[in-house]
Amino acid sequence: MSGRRVAVTGLGATTPLGGDAESSWSALLAGKSGVRLLEEEWAQELPVRIAAPAAVDPGDVLDRAAARRLDRATRLAAVAAREAWADAGAPDTDPVRLGVVVSSALGGVTSLLGAYDTLRAKGPRRVSPVTVPMLMLNGAAAHLAMTYGARAGAHAPASACASGAEAIGQAARMIRAGDADVVIAGGCEAAVHPLFLSAFAAMTALSGREDDPAAASRPFDRDRDGFVLGEGAGIVVLESAEHAERRGARVHAYLDGVGTTADAHHIAQPEPDGRDVARRSDWPWRTPD
Amino acid sequence: MHTTDEILAAIAETVHEIAGPDIHEVQPDKSFADDLDADSLAMVEITVALEERLGVAISDAEAKNLVTVGDAVAWISAAQTGVAA
Repeated sequence: MSGRRVAVTGLGATTPLGGDAESSWSALLAGKSGVRLLEEEWAQELPVRIAAPAAVDPGDVLDRAAARRLDRATRLAAVAAREAWADAGAPDTDPVRLGVVVSSALGGVTSLLGAYDTLRAKGPRRVSPVTVPMLMLNGAAAHLAMTYGARAGAHAPASACASGAEAIGQAARMIRAGDADVVIAGGCEAAVHPLFLSAFAAMTALSGREDDPAAASRPFDRDRDGFVLGEGAGIVVLESAEHAERRGARVHAYLDGVGTTADAHHIAQPEPDGRDVARRSDWPWRTPD
Repeated sequence: MHTTDEILAAIAETVHEIAGPDIHEVQPDKSFADDLDADSLAMVEITVALEERLGVAISDAEAKNLVTVGDAVAWISAAQTGVAA
């Protein structure tokens, strides 16, 4: 079986540059940076005080009662998914043919920490009954599956910084294998919190360029000194090309190959010769038309 | 001691905060689950919030019997006078 072609029919994002895909993209093209010096009091003793918080608080654009049961990462995913779903034209899909693959590196960690603070300060009776669904790594996938009635599967592949990309790959594979016609896919993250700024700083993973936060994130630059902790979500709607064509959907792009490897080398360093990147044999799946 | 009006107001604000319906919708004849979008998890949150706010202890077993807002007003009202069993 050659597999079915995978189309991208919906885009959504909420990022440090803007509350939707369009404003994020425009700001990116204009060379704007979402990185800033954290002037909040909680950040003042930290070894690194630069980060990229979301430009629009997801709590400001979601139903209040629904949002309070969601971790911030899931709230961001809900905002981006809403945009992506609308951008795709809210495809009328058989629920058993609609899937979700959305993940995160850390999951609902700020909810976890908040619940632990409550336990310590006020005792077990005060721990919220929605703590577990808020902190679990698949919280966003589960929430989106319920929101859109997706019954073909709700998955959250966990692979650190690659989780969102791997989610998109897994979603494409679901469509290609015929397990779903439409899949909501992407990543979300919300861990701009003193613990994670401290922990990533302890790994010496973070840029310390406090004098110029806007220029701190510079992957592949000779003078790079680390990454910047940010938050946000990016969601796409993937769809089999036949399904998209049948309903006359606008296609942004086709996803014609996915490669996944593990170099089994080191928890933070890539293998120097990069041979595992080249090892993939199924990239691309097919030559684009 | 809280009057029944104060208890109703406290319940209305708590239900609004946790489950979402408007405060004026929270009336004694309304069912938490059927009319006010309060599922079992929300009921746990509402119960704990009311304990804190009104200074009464509501056991999980007792909370299960509080079907309507009126049930809760009556039970809390009696509990604070020591009448509730």
